[in-house]
Amino acid sequence: MEYLKKYPKLFQWLFLLAVFFALCFAIDVPETYKFIRGQAEFVKDPNQSVYFFLGKEVRYYAFDVFWRLPPLLGWLPIWINDGLFFLMNEWMPMEFWNEDTQEFKTRPLLLQISRNLTSFMTFLIELIREILLGGLETIVAFTSWDFIDAYPWLELPGLPWTIVAAGAAILSYKLSGKGLALFAGLTMIYISLFGQWKPSMQTLSFILVAAPLSFIFGLGLGIAAYKSKRVEKALYPILLVMQTMPQYAVLVPALVLFGVGDHAAVIITMVVAVPPMILLTILGLRAIPPEVIEAGRMSGCTNWQLMLKVLIPTARRDILIGVNQVIMVCFSMAVISAFIGAKGLGFNLLLALNQLNIGLALEAGLCISLIAILLDKMSLAWANQQQDYFGNLSFYQRNKNILFFGGSIVVGIILAYIGTFIFKDTFNYLFEVPHNKGISTADFWNKGVDWIFDTFFVYIKAFNTWLIVDVLQPMRALYLRMPAVATLVLAVGAGYLIGGIRSALVVAALTLFIALSPWWDRALVTLYMATFGVVISCLIGFTVGTICFQNKKSAAFMLGVCDIFQTFPSFVYLIPVMMLFGITDTSVLIAVIVYATIPATRYTIEGLRSVPVGLHEAATMSGVNKFQRLTKIEFPLAFPHMMLGINQTIVFALFMVIIGAFIGTEDLGQYILKALSDKNGAGIGLTLGICVAFIGLIFDNLIRTWVEKRKKHLGIA
Amino acid sequence: MSETVIKCESVYKIFGENAKKMLEEANGNVDAKTFQDKGCIVGVNNASFEVAKGEMLVVMGLSGSGKSTLLRCISRLTDATGGKIYIEGQDLLELNNKELIDLRRNKMGMVFQSFALLPHKTVVENIAFPLQIKGTSTNDSISRAMEMVKLVGLDGRENYFPRELSGGQQQRVGIARSLAVEPDIWFLDEPFSALDPLIRKEMQDEFLRLQEKLQKTIMFITHDFDEALKLADRIAIMKDGIIEQLDTPANIVLNPATEYVRKFTEEVPREKVLVIEDVMDASNKDNLGDLKVSKDDIIENVAEKILTQEKIVGVVDSDNKVVGSIKPSKIIDTVFGGRKNGS
Ligand SMILES: Nc1ncnc2c1ncn2[C@@H]1O[C@H](COP(=O)(O)OP(=O)(O)OP(=O)(O)O)[C@@H](O)[C@H]1O
Ligand SMILES: [Mg+2]
Repeated sequence: MEYLKKYPKLFQWLFLLAVFFALCFAIDVPETYKFIRGQAEFVKDPNQSVYFFLGKEVRYYAFDVFWRLPPLLGWLPIWINDGLFFLMNEWMPMEFWNEDTQEFKTRPLLLQISRNLTSFMTFLIELIREILLGGLETIVAFTSWDFIDAYPWLELPGLPWTIVAAGAAILSYKLSGKGLALFAGLTMIYISLFGQWKPSMQTLSFILVAAPLSFIFGLGLGIAAYKSKRVEKALYPILLVMQTMPQYAVLVPALVLFGVGDHAAVIITMVVAVPPMILLTILGLRAIPPEVIEAGRMSGCTNWQLMLKVLIPTARRDILIGVNQVIMVCFSMAVISAFIGAKGLGFNLLLALNQLNIGLALEAGLCISLIAILLDKMSLAWANQQQDYFGNLSFYQRNKNILFFGGSIVVGIILAYIGTFIFKDTFNYLFEVPHNKGISTADFWNKGVDWIFDTFFVYIKAFNTWLIVDVLQPMRALYLRMPAVATLVLAVGAGYLIGGIRSALVVAALTLFIALSPWWDRALVTLYMATFGVVISCLIGFTVGTICFQNKKSAAFMLGVCDIFQTFPSFVYLIPVMMLFGITDTSVLIAVIVYATIPATRYTIEGLRSVPVGLHEAATMSGVNKFQRLTKIEFPLAFPHMMLGINQTIVFALFMVIIGAFIGTEDLGQYILKALSDKNGAGIGLTLGICVAFIGLIFDNLIRTWVEKRKKHLGIA
Repeated sequence: MSETVIKCESVYKIFGENAKKMLEEANGNVDAKTFQDKGCIVGVNNASFEVAKGEMLVVMGLSGSGKSTLLRCISRLTDATGGKIYIEGQDLLELNNKELIDLRRNKMGMVFQSFALLPHKTVVENIAFPLQIKGTSTNDSISRAMEMVKLVGLDGRENYFPRELSGGQQQRVGIARSLAVEPDIWFLDEPFSALDPLIRKEMQDEFLRLQEKLQKTIMFITHDFDEALKLADRIAIMKDGIIEQLDTPANIVLNPATEYVRKFTEEVPREKVLVIEDVMDASNKDNLGDLKVSKDDIIENVAEKILTQEKIVGVVDSDNKVVGSIKPSKIIDTVFGGRKNGS
C-alpha cells in the first residue's frame, strides 16, 4: 500500500501492462488466421467477406473483431485514386491556348497546371544540365526545332570537366578557404576520372534546381506562418504528417500528377524538403528576442528591410540547419526518385544494387555522398561569409577569383582543344570522361565482396541464421500475435498515462486509422523491425555519446562525424550491408541500426552538453565523483533532450525500414514499392505512407508530451 | 517655456486579449488589480506629461512599473491602448507607416535595455546599420560608424561580433548605434546599467557634454538615483504604470506627492539634490558675512564653505544681486534633519 502511494505512476503502468497481457492471452489466434504474403490480398478468394462503401467494393478476410478489426477504411485508397483521376482528367475543363497547334484547346484545369509546372521545371533542369553537359533543348525552348536544324552549331557545347572542377575549387576558395577548395577540386577530379561525370552532373543539375526552390518556398511559407496565425494553423497538420511520412510514399501520387522524369522528381523533392525548412524557419524566427526586432524598427526599417536585414539573419542558425536538411533531403530524393525516372547517379546506384554489383554501387554512392558533403559545406560557408570594409584592396585582389575563373576557362578550352588531337581515335578525356570509361575500382570491390563471402561465409551465415531464427522470427511472431484490441488498449493507455485524455484521444485516432486500414499486419511487421532497430541504435548511441562526451574534442569530433553521415543519402547505407549480408532482413536491420544511431548519438551529446556548466562545478565542489555526476546529475537533466533523440531515431528507423523494402522485407514498404509499378497505386501508396507517418506520430506525440512535462518538472522548459 | 516636443495625454497601455474593450468600459478608472483578475496586465496607466525641447526627463520606478512600456508607446513600438501622443505637434498614432519610418529614421534614436544588437553583424556594422537602412552609402556610413566607435571607446574592437564582447561593451555599441543618426529625440532604457562605475562616470560626463552641445530631447530610464540627479532636468516616478509624480529633483525630494514617492526618495542624500535656493531664507537679506554663494549651487558643493562661516551667508542670483541668505545651521538641518524625519 505504501509503495502504491509512493509510486502511483509505476502501478498505473503495471496495471496497464497486466491488462494488455491478459487480453493477449484471453484472445486466441483464430484458426483461419495466417500472415498474408504477396498478392493474395488482391486475389478474389471465396473465403473473403465483402462490403460496399461509397460504391467501392472492399474484400477482406474477416476475423473476430477482437483479433483484427475489419478494414473499414479499405475504400480509402480506391477513393483517393478515383479522386485523383477525376481531378486530373475531368475537373474544371477550360479553354487553353496551345502554342504548338496555335489554337484553343479544352483541358481540365489541373492537368493544364501540371503541364505548365512540368515544362517550367524541365526547362530549369535542362538549362543547368546543358550548361554543364551540353545539349540543345534550351535553345529549342526559345526557338524551335526547325531553327536548330537550320543552325546546328547553336547547340550548347557543355563545359569541359576541367573548367567545372576549377570553378568549384575557386568558388570554394572564395567562400571558405584552402581546405574546402582542395576538397572541391579532389571531389571533381575523382568524379571525372572514375567516369561518373555525366550522371554526376545530371544529379547536380537536379539538385541545383530542387534545393534552391525548396529553400525559397520553405523560407517563404515559414515567414508567412510566422506572420499569420491562420497560415500556421493551416500548415501545421501537413507539416506534422510530412515529418514522419516516408519519402517513398509521395512518389506514387506524384507519378499520377506529374508523370515520369526529372521534373516530377524535383516537384516531389520539394514536397519532402519544404516542410522541415518551414518548421526550422518558424522556429528560428520565433526565437528572435523581441528587442532585436524593435531595434530594427527604431532604425527605421521598412517591413522588407526588417525581414531581410534583421529577422532572417538573426534567425540564421536555425535557417542554416534548414538548408542542411534541404540538401540532405534533396540528395536522398536524388536516389529515390530514380524510381520515377530521374536520371543521374541515383539511377546508376539503383541499377547497380539491383544487379548486385556492389562495386559500381559503391562508386556511385561515394560520388553522391561527396557532392552532398561539398554542397553542404559550401552553403554553410556562404552563409557565414564576412565582409571586409577596411582592407584597401587593389583591383587584382578584389577580382582575383573572377580573373582566375576566367583564366581557367581559357586553359580548360585550350586543353580540351589539345585533347582532340591527343585522343584522336578514342574519347577526348580532357573534355569529358564518358560514363564507365574512366578508372573503375568496381572489380576490386566486387572481388573483395566475394572474398569476404568466401572467407567468412560460414560465420556470416551462422550469425545470420542465428539472428533470424532465434531473435527476429520469434520477435516478429510475438508482434503478430498481439490482438488488435490489446494493442489499442496499450497505446491508448500509454497515451492517457503520459498526456492525459488529450493524448489518449490523439493516439487512439492514429492507431485506429492504421487498425482499420487493410494493412494492420504489415504495420506490425514494420513496427517490429523499427523497434528492434531503435532499441539497438539507442543502446549504441547512448553509450557512444556518453563516452565521447567525456572529452570536449572527441565530442566535437563525433558531432562532425554525425554531420557527415547524415549527409549521406539513405540508400547509400544499403551498399555496405549488402556487401556483407546479402539480401536478407539482417541487411536491412543493420542499415536501420547504423542510420538510426546517428540521431541517438547526436542528441545524447547535445543533451549532456546542455546541462549547465554551473551545475558541473557545483557537483564537483560537493565531492561527487565522475560516475555519480553522470548518473545523478547529467543523465536526469539531459534525459528530456535525449528522448527527443529517440524520437528522431524512430523516424530515421522507420524511413530505413521502408527503404529496406528494396532489398525485400515484408512490411508496409513492400507494398509502397509495389504501388510504384501499379497503375492504380497512387491511393495505396499514399494511404500506406500515411500509415507509416501515423506510426511515427504516435511515438512523436507520446515522447513530446512526456518531454514537455518532464522539462517543466525539472524547471528547464 | 520652449516648444513642446513630446506630449502625452492620458496614455494607457494594457496587455491582454480584450484590452481595448475593457479600457472603454473602465471609463478612465483603471485599477491594476481588477484588470489582472480578468487576465489583463496594466503596463501604463493614464500617463499625461510634456517634454520640452532640449529637456532631459528621467523615468524611475521599480522593476515592472512600466517604464520601458511607456517608452515603447512613445516610440510606437507598441500601439498605446488609449490616449494621445504628440511628437512635435504631430499625432503619433495618426501617422501612416511611411511617415512613421521617416520619423524613426531621422528623428528618433533608442538604446535598449538588453542592448538588442544584431548578432550577425560586427560592432561597426551594427552601428552603421541605421545609416545603411536610411540609404547612406557604405563608405560614408562605415566612416561615420567608426567615429562613433571611437566616441564610445571601442576602437580596436570594431570587427568583433556582439557575442565576443562583454555586457558593458555591448551596451556601448547600443549607445553608439542610436547616436549614429544624430536623432533629435533620444530614448534611453537603462543605457549605463551594465557599465562599471569608472566607465559609467565617464559615459555620464560624455553624455552631459554631448547634451550641452546638441540639446536633444531625452527620455532616460534608470534605477540609479545618483545618475538621475546628475542628469535630470525633471524626474518622473512610476508605480504600477501610474506616474506618481513628475517634477524637478528638488521638488520630488522636498515635496513628495504621495507616500510612495516619499518612501522612494527617502534614502536620497538631500545635499545632492537641493540647491541653495530651495533652503535659503528669502526674507532676510541683512547682516550678511563676506561669503556669497549662488542660488543655483548644489548644497553638497558649497556646504563645507558655508559651515566654516560664523555669520549668515548671502545668496546671490546670476546678476550678483542678493536674493536671500542662509545660516550654517540650516545646512546641518537639511543634510541630517531630513533623514531623521524619514526613519
Ligand atoms: N509584451 C508584453 N505582454 C504582456 N505584458 C507585458 C509585456 N511587456 C511588458 N509587460 C508587463 O508590463 C509591465 C511593465 O513592464 P516594463 O517592461 O515596462 O517594466 P519596466 O518598468 O521597464 O521594468 P524593468 O525595470 O525591469 O525594465 C510588467 O508587469 C510586464 O509584465
Ligand atoms: Mg525595462
